[in-house]
Amino acid sequence: MIYYDKVSKVYPDKSIALDGVSFGVEPKEFVTIVGHSGAGKTTLMKMLIAEDRPTEGAVFLESVDIHRLSKRQVSKLRRRIGTVFQDYRLLPNKTVYENIAFAMEATGKTDSEISADVPHVLELVDLGHKIWNFPRELSGGERQRVAIARAIVTQPDIVIADEPTGNLDPTNTYEIIRILQKINELGTTVLLTTHNKGVVDTVGGRVITMEKGKVIRDDKSGKYIL
Amino acid sequence: MIFTNFKRIARTGFVNFWRNGFLSFAAIVVLTISLLSFGSIIFVGAFGRALIADVKEKVDINVYFTLGAPEQDILAVQADLKRLPEVASTTYISNDQVLVDFKKKWQDNTLIMQGLDEIGNNPFPATLNVKAKDPGQYASITQYLQNKNPSMSDGTPLIEKVNYEQNKLIIDRLSTIIPAVEKAGTILGVIMIFVAIIVVFNTIRLIVYTSKDEISVMKLVGASNIYVRGPLIVSGIMYGVISGLIAILCMAAFAYWSDAVILRFAGVEIASNFELVVNVLSRYFIDNFGQIFSIIMGTGILLGGLSSYIAAKRYLKV
Repeated sequence: MIYYDKVSKVYPDKSIALDGVSFGVEPKEFVTIVGHSGAGKTTLMKMLIAEDRPTEGAVFLESVDIHRLSKRQVSKLRRRIGTVFQDYRLLPNKTVYENIAFAMEATGKTDSEISADVPHVLELVDLGHKIWNFPRELSGGERQRVAIARAIVTQPDIVIADEPTGNLDPTNTYEIIRILQKINELGTTVLLTTHNKGVVDTVGGRVITMEKGKVIRDDKSGKYIL
Repeated sequence: MIFTNFKRIARTGFVNFWRNGFLSFAAIVVLTISLLSFGSIIFVGAFGRALIADVKEKVDINVYFTLGAPEQDILAVQADLKRLPEVASTTYISNDQVLVDFKKKWQDNTLIMQGLDEIGNNPFPATLNVKAKDPGQYASITQYLQNKNPSMSDGTPLIEKVNYEQNKLIIDRLSTIIPAVEKAGTILGVIMIFVAIIVVFNTIRLIVYTSKDEISVMKLVGASNIYVRGPLIVSGIMYGVISGLIAILCMAAFAYWSDAVILRFAGVEIASNFELVVNVLSRYFIDNFGQIFSIIMGTGILLGGLSSYIAAKRYLKV
């Protein structure tokens, strides 16, 4: 489904973020990418939503080279991928409801679909009671759950979560991972990056280990080894 | 679908405008001030034109005819002058009329009235008042009369004198000052408009800058450019509409109360000395309301909308 083909990324200051990374992801897989900070995990994620371009190599989604798409097609691609960021990236001037509704509006859903689905997805992440709050009125864990709700409400094929638990305490971390697993069980491909050993061990499943921009291990049912 | 998108963009624009209360307020203040500078250019132009017209109206020359000049000869000269393209109007005042006017003016001054009685007959010449279309043209009109030098049947010149030489200084000055004032006004206006546009653009650019993270998030969840940019443009247009309304209200108030104030400021004690200038702004404002409204509103909407459109461009590259 997703295929990274010898992807390298060198930034203008000559620092190497990715160095010839190649691997594929099957549909409905739950892949955890682990590595120290600066190992290239985030860059890898950015490539998938065309937020960043590879210096060499290509990223394919169902045999389409992502970085050869037009602007319009990139927008369409992004609507198929739900993204969860470490820093949540919610829209501060919109309520929880509007933050999620916005993603649906962008994909062209009707108003009736929006008013039906948003409360439903908020129930799923256990935030039904905070629907009219603004992000600044929520705790870190709640914000991240809103971000997940936003990522999954459009029923994307893929959810990528870049260090979603980086700023959270263990209870909230566990909660977030449980939600991601549930999404995966419902048939969505999940790509998760983390440097949290506990998270990796909870998830199980495939683990790709990165170091200095290279894939050093790819285990079918991995543990956190670094 | 297009309608749904339009509705959503408009609604988001309205909501953002309201929630960004302070920023919206700041944008409206800046935009209002800029529009008022546009308005002041319109007003200064209108006032200046009225003032110049008034002064032009006041400049004239008088042709004094020899005592006892037959009326039909004078009328012939008047008819001649009327045919000149430079001449705007001519008024013939017979010597009887001059006498009547003189008596009326000095009726309270016994000394002058006594002197007039002493003379016995009418000492005043018939006069032809000539107004040119442009102050610069009096010289050629005077020249024309001197060259022609009409005379009576017995050979005496018909024209005693033309008071052009006395008025020459002021006429010459006016004909150089007026175009210079008009030119300076235009240049100043263009500079002010330019400055206003730059200030408004930068203010709105700062406002858009504060939402650059938001723009990138919207792009990353797959919103198309128009969907991200649309609400910003709607907010920009709202700044324009509200500022435009405030500016027009301010201009109306100014036009209503200003005329007397301006005249006092200009050192004119008796407003009736400048009858064309009295109420010029309020009259101008009412007569040209449609035009002023569309200029101010149009500029506000265009400045607000276009600035937002351009400012958003660089953050849409995500």
